[in-house]
Amino acid sequence: MDLKELYRDVILDHNKRPRNFGRMEPCDAHAEGHNPLCGDRLTLYVRMKDDRIEDIRFEGKGCAISTASASLMTEAVKGKDRRTVNELYGRIHSLLTQQDAVPDASLGKLAALSGVREFPARVKCASLCWHTLSAALERSAAPVSTE
Amino acid sequence: MAVTATHVAPAPALDVERVRRDFPILERTVNGRPLVYLDSAASAQRPLAVLRAVERYETHCHANVHRGVHALSQAATDAYEGARERVRRFINAKSTREIIFTRGTTEGINLVAQAYARPRLGPGDEILITGLEHHANIVPWQMVRDQTGCTLKVAPIDRRGEVELDKFLAMLSPRTRLVAIAHVSNALGTVLPVKRMIDAAHAQGAVVLVDGAQAVPHSSVDVRALGCDFYAFSGHKLYGPTGIGVLYGREELLEAMPPWQGGGDMILTVSFEKTTYNELPWKFEAGTPNISGTIGLAAAMDYVESLGREAIAAHEQRLLEHATQELERMPGIEIIGTAHHKAAVLSFTLAGVHPHDLGTILDAEGVAIRTGHHCAMPVMTFFDIPATARASFGCYNTEAEVTRLAAALDKAREVFT
Ligand SMILES: Cc1ncc(COP(=O)(O)O)c(C=O)c1O
Repeated sequence: MDLKELYRDVILDHNKRPRNFGRMEPCDAHAEGHNPLCGDRLTLYVRMKDDRIEDIRFEGKGCAISTASASLMTEAVKGKDRRTVNELYGRIHSLLTQQDAVPDASLGKLAALSGVREFPARVKCASLCWHTLSAALERSAAPVSTE
Repeated sequence: MAVTATHVAPAPALDVERVRRDFPILERTVNGRPLVYLDSAASAQRPLAVLRAVERYETHCHANVHRGVHALSQAATDAYEGARERVRRFINAKSTREIIFTRGTTEGINLVAQAYARPRLGPGDEILITGLEHHANIVPWQMVRDQTGCTLKVAPIDRRGEVELDKFLAMLSPRTRLVAIAHVSNALGTVLPVKRMIDAAHAQGAVVLVDGAQAVPHSSVDVRALGCDFYAFSGHKLYGPTGIGVLYGREELLEAMPPWQGGGDMILTVSFEKTTYNELPWKFEAGTPNISGTIGLAAAMDYVESLGREAIAAHEQRLLEHATQELERMPGIEIIGTAHHKAAVLSFTLAGVHPHDLGTILDAEGVAIRTGHHCAMPVMTFFDIPATARASFGCYNTEAEVTRLAAALDKAREVFT
């Protein structure tokens, strides 16, 4: 077990200085994620333009893995359309859970999360923000979203 | 040679190295380092004496209990009822009729909630708990509240993690029908002044349940000296097996309570028109029980008493003091739970490092601690933290392990700066 693989510089940096951190008002949708195991809570806000995520922010308290993962995610999905985001989610999921998954170049900084799979107890920390994003996007797709 | 009863020799110090040899699991390594197990408050490890007693039972005596005339059934019944007597002596109950085997603390509390509180309480009645309870001593009472319309009150705690005794006392009234309190807090280590709380509750006519899950491993518990009405605890925190626990209840109360679950063993006669229930304690033990669990639990009690309960407590107090001093010296560490009277539980946070990350880093160093809310979310809310890291000590922990904990914490700070 190599801690350096888990806590890479990119992760530590995004934990210390999370990007796109804070509330967003108004927004088209928000969703809350909760990891009951460690008590992490995360709220995600999205503003859509047509099919694209125009802006995204998050807030909450969490461990380094969950905070950095959310921060990296917001950078990665901003400006992307739903289909691209879903594809990215799929690739992140493989990266976190499949031993032999090789991060492809298109993942960019998100590839830093590949160390998490050596620590099965922490996979949920890294995937919490992605689950939450799916929930937010589903809500924003609902015809009448007053949120 | 006569030894007078008043002359009690001081407890001999624990020979920890010898104790450690009784626990085979402590020989293993984790991530290439010798295991440092500091999570006994979640579940303690088992000594060979327990494992062997269970093995002996399984290889020589197993059959169902109270069921047959054949030799094995009789042997199993004798072992099972013998374990009940062992438990009675361990907590100094008056009679084995007062010892009910359960799956654990949680089941014991639920039994009292459903078979004692639910049929008796209604609107206007109050249940009083404290702000440091484990979810197992909160949720069953919320269920009773929702079922009966009674009120659930919570006596507050202060920043040290102690129950505010004056407020607790002021919240007692003739409306208080039941008081449910931890003996020792699993999240903070606080030892509650249960004797005073029980006496005050009784003065108002309330019945008192004590959640002893964290107390039984660290001290001698005498239910008659305490005067409590119910006392619940788990085997696995006392170096015994999982899936076995004990509910002590005063005989008069248990006698007046309806059964909780129906089935075999808890009946005397059954017809489709009418069933007569078995006597205590079997009235509350429907179905085939965890027989080998009771054998293991009895062996664990023998083991603990062979080391000496006072000797274990003194040893753990030394470790707690040493660890507290070490951690207080470290920059960024805040100890959560600083009660005057504490058991061997040390909760803390490290500035800038989430407890979950701390848990992973310590694990990489071979040090097992618990991180999270410790099934006490209201405690976390009170201290306005999502979680803590918790080191807890048992009879097999050493000063050297406290040093390894401190070194691993240094390492965590290094990773994060
Ligand atoms: C104070 C306290 N009460 C109740 C419980 C529940 O015990 P069990 O899970 O063995 O039923 C625990 C165990 O964590 C505890 O520490």
